[in-house]
Amino acid sequence: MEPIVATEFTPLASLLGGVLIGLSALAVLIFFGRIAGISGITTGAFTGASGDRLWRVVFIAGLVSAPLILILFNMEFLGEGTSYPAIISDNYLGMAFAGLCVGVGTVLGSGCTSGHGVCGLGRLSARSLVAVITFMATAVLTVTVIRHVL
Amino acid sequence: MSFKNTFVIGLVAWLSGLLFGVGLIISGMANPAKVLNFLDIFGHWDPSLAFVMGGAVVVTLVGFKLVSKQANPVLLPSFQLPTRQDIDKPLIIGAVFFGLGWGVGGYCPGPAWTALSAFAPGTLVFLVAMLIGMSLATGFKKRLT
Repeated sequence: MEPIVATEFTPLASLLGGVLIGLSALAVLIFFGRIAGISGITTGAFTGASGDRLWRVVFIAGLVSAPLILILFNMEFLGEGTSYPAIISDNYLGMAFAGLCVGVGTVLGSGCTSGHGVCGLGRLSARSLVAVITFMATAVLTVTVIRHVL
Repeated sequence: MSFKNTFVIGLVAWLSGLLFGVGLIISGMANPAKVLNFLDIFGHWDPSLAFVMGGAVVVTLVGFKLVSKQANPVLLPSFQLPTRQDIDKPLIIGAVFFGLGWGVGGYCPGPAWTALSAFAPGTLVFLVAMLIGMSLATGFKKRLT
């Protein structure tokens, strides 16, 4: 769907970014006692109990503000070669389909890359392991079919 | 909730979200081109994102174990963690839908939020569709149970 763009192998930056994501998930558990799954935080921000909503809404604001803070402090170089600026598809029908699938799938399956992946695997949850294997396999199959079969 | 509590909760939540978002950007997770190349193991394979999951899970594996000794979270009254262990149909069907959408768009929920401020039309379409999907599925799931 996206234009195929070669990306360079960035093991160190990816490892460092992963550690930061893990630390954030750890902070959410220590301070709020919840799983830092972005799909769960998102649905909870709209439907959660009132005392449980504030941190979710502000956490999302933190996510949204991350690229702005990097730019504000001239730290765009941190994403250099890895993600900024991102290449985004202008196939709107495809993006609408993709968004709908991700929204329905993460609610039905109770989690996404962060909830089942980062947090679930860290908690040695069998449900999360099955979910991660299932969505990874489906995603690889999807990209393979789109890029090499269709 | 006192004003001071609200302020502290807000500050910690914002910093946690910021840390998560910066991690997504530095790691390359926030770039759909990199995500799709990671998933393209039979073509332009870029294995970088395996290191994201690796780095994050090492932290949660060790950290979560230490936190489990804590009686209550610091800022909210009690822990609320998933307890289910059964592998049911919605888990599998949901993961298949999620994998399909992730493979088509290159976005999972976190990166969809970090990309919002760039106001790229493609991301906005994805994000709105994702929120609609979540709300539809939340209603559907309620009727299932």
